[in-house]
Amino acid sequence: MKFGVVVFPGTWSDRDCGWVVDQVLGQELVYLWHKDADLKGCDCVILPGGFAYGDYLRTGAIARFAPVMDRVGDFADRGGLVWGICNGFQVLCEAGLLPGALIRNASLEFRCEWTHLSVERTDIAFTSRCDEGEILRIPISHGEGSYFADPATLSRLEQRGQVVFRYCDEQGRTVPSANPNGSLHNIAGIVNARGNVLGMMPHPERCAEAELGGVDGLKLFRSVAEGALKVLVS
Amino acid sequence: MIARVIVTPKPVVNDPQGLTVKQGLATLGFQDINDVRVGKYIEVNLATNSEREAREQVEAMCRQLLANHVIEDFRFDIEQEHKRR
Repeated sequence: MKFGVVVFPGTWSDRDCGWVVDQVLGQELVYLWHKDADLKGCDCVILPGGFAYGDYLRTGAIARFAPVMDRVGDFADRGGLVWGICNGFQVLCEAGLLPGALIRNASLEFRCEWTHLSVERTDIAFTSRCDEGEILRIPISHGEGSYFADPATLSRLEQRGQVVFRYCDEQGRTVPSANPNGSLHNIAGIVNARGNVLGMMPHPERCAEAELGGVDGLKLFRSVAEGALKVLVS
Repeated sequence: MIARVIVTPKPVVNDPQGLTVKQGLATLGFQDINDVRVGKYIEVNLATNSEREAREQVEAMCRQLLANHVIEDFRFDIEQEHKRR
């Protein structure tokens, strides 16, 4: 399983994602520079967190014009796995690969803290090792992570089961007090209709080793690695 | 030609910046405020001398990049450059 981690000028979580892929999971890793015109044969593309192109104009607004993003779009159209984390989620929304947008946190604060997520989909590659309704503890680190979509889009997402993660409390209740940024419907992560493009604000790469205070993030990386393996075998 | 583009959050989008500015203004004694919305101002200097052409170009710029139609509305004026303040 080969993971490609995209690096834009201003990306800051690329090495963290890369570390989990090759040092923790022992999977093949390649970094993809924003000017690269091919994806070097990877099976899953990760768009990591950070501030691509300084987040000028809007978060992710300029990154979507990077040459590598044309390839990512083609790859997604062919069913390739694309995983946007934090800034990567913002880029996927700006690129139109996922619906909606991420706006300024309701608190106006940059929030860097642990959150709890309820897992609502386990039939996709990214969560195949999770149980439905499982509660993951994964940190967030963002100023603009409040998920917004118009009412029609939102109800379509809900009807089609495209909400993968919702902010919840330790008991799994998706209450307003567990919502760190004002996201509509407590949305922390969504997937496209086909199930191969995931965007999420929390950072699984920051909790993939016990030394970091939690290992729930590793479950998602494992899901991708082993899910793809199953596809290869079957 | 100079295009003066104003981008604002759509009315249905929560604008915490606007709310905070409104509270700040109330603290200063400006109590009689219904609403405050915070947006962006973008100035684009275009090479063309045709207002129609400038208008078409800026409209396309707004749709493709300057505004995100999911969360923002835009409007703009076009002026001859010599009127620039």
